[in-house]
Amino acid sequence: MADLKVNIAGVEWKNPVTTGSGTFGFGREYAEYFDLSELGAVCLKALSAKPRLGNKSPRIAETNDGILNSVGLQNPGAEHFLENELDWLRKFDTKLIANLCGSTVEDYVEVAEILGDKLDMLELNISCPNVKVGGMAFGTDPKMVEEVTSKVKAAAKSPLIVKLSPNVTDIAEIAKAAEAGGADALSLINTLLGMKIDIKTRRPVLNNNTGGLSGPAIMPVAVRMVHQVRQAVKLPIIGMGGIASGEDAIEFLLAGADAVAVGTAGIVDPYAWIKVRNGINDYLDQNGYKSVKEIVGKLELN
Amino acid sequence: MLCKLTYKNELRPGLFNFIIDCPQIAAKAKPGQFLHVLCGGSAYLRRPISICAAVEGRFVRFIFEVRGKGTAELAKAQAGQMLDILGPLGNGFDTALPGGGKPLLVGGGIGIFPLLMLAKKLPQKPDIMLGFRDEQSAVMIREFSNAADDIFIASDDGSIGFKGFVTDILKSKIASGAKYSRIYTCGPLPMMRIAADTAKENGIDCQVSMEERMGCGVGACVACACAMTDGSKKRVCKDGPVFSGAEVDFDG
Repeated sequence: MADLKVNIAGVEWKNPVTTGSGTFGFGREYAEYFDLSELGAVCLKALSAKPRLGNKSPRIAETNDGILNSVGLQNPGAEHFLENELDWLRKFDTKLIANLCGSTVEDYVEVAEILGDKLDMLELNISCPNVKVGGMAFGTDPKMVEEVTSKVKAAAKSPLIVKLSPNVTDIAEIAKAAEAGGADALSLINTLLGMKIDIKTRRPVLNNNTGGLSGPAIMPVAVRMVHQVRQAVKLPIIGMGGIASGEDAIEFLLAGADAVAVGTAGIVDPYAWIKVRNGINDYLDQNGYKSVKEIVGKLELN
Repeated sequence: MLCKLTYKNELRPGLFNFIIDCPQIAAKAKPGQFLHVLCGGSAYLRRPISICAAVEGRFVRFIFEVRGKGTAELAKAQAGQMLDILGPLGNGFDTALPGGGKPLLVGGGIGIFPLLMLAKKLPQKPDIMLGFRDEQSAVMIREFSNAADDIFIASDDGSIGFKGFVTDILKSKIASGAKYSRIYTCGPLPMMRIAADTAKENGIDCQVSMEERMGCGVGACVACACAMTDGSKKRVCKDGPVFSGAEVDFDG
């Protein structure tokens, strides 16, 4: 058994596996399948200052080796979360990450203020493609990224992760902007904007027309972006995008991620998170590594 | 979990009857609940399929029509093969009847299958009304007849039973004074909507089984939202698939 502990911006995780925000709810559903204490951290569904209903159905469409979703950040609001979910989650021995969403800079700051120091880490979601205002609009302009990061950082009482959008020309530039704004860590990638058409009706499957692509189909894009961001900044990186096995996770770690998130794979297999954690350990054991930290960024380019 | 497919047959072209050996699911299954089935091939997501019967605390029966990539792949499975299935999922129908008359089951097309298990589990034999496209698509009439106090069939072209919609039978039966304690309905959305409206107009309790494009099936991804009349959204997979007919916003 290798040492799986990782340190992300001063927060020690018992292993490098967390959940992709938006795929794991507030943990109650998957707690029926496995003990949440098995995970290094649990990244919770996005929270806004006020409740959000999300988009109309259909809000999921199957694609080749992946899914498109247009849920639209449905959530009961940060205060409701604190009152009804946090105490239950604290029964588990795992780090908790809140994912913050909003339509304006002030919205994001407000969520950070409501949550205070009650979570172990905060993840700033400036990369959701499924909302008309805010979301990805913040994450695709370096100036906006720096501004929203610095303002939320000023209000945040827990280490701040900035979650990057892949829907940009130069991800390294965005990563540097987040670093300049005071981010403590980065997570990437969020979903890629996509569309699925029903050729019988000649209409998009999603009521929202477009949605965010996730799943194995996007993994090579995500690995490439983690590699680029690793070269650009010194911040800890949580890599994600299509991870479904230990081998997949190892690619991200080699590319420079300090930890990984599993999301869409869990939608198909409720045990995906545990399988990825075990798979990472198996790789380390089989290759004679004593700690997961030994392989981070050990990619050798041709 | 992995469950062995023990029996498979084709009820009519494109409509498959599967029986799996799965005591864990059979012991817990309630009418109206569903299985989330990994179909294999290039179908990435699982497919929700309603439970038609649980037999001897060991076997579970489900029936599905080949509609797309996933169901076409699942139809290729052979007896003896292991299938990756989650379940039973969802809330299921409430089988405790309010007083005041027989229960009534209104089903259409491939929505009829969960109603067979319901008919057998209700404390009182129900009247059953089934609607089909035509005679060829009308299946399992004998099984439903055996589970019914009285059975009514409608088809779009009149090739079997009454020519017209099953909801026409529902309306005329109620107009002629039939008293029902609750209407249970599963099938095409327009049919369920009329059944729910008819129930409401006549002060009858109604339960509808909703369908939506689904992700995880366990309530976490919140993809399969159903709009409610109070403005909220509920998850078809976890809060449903069965809802009160009065609480569903059919325009939502």
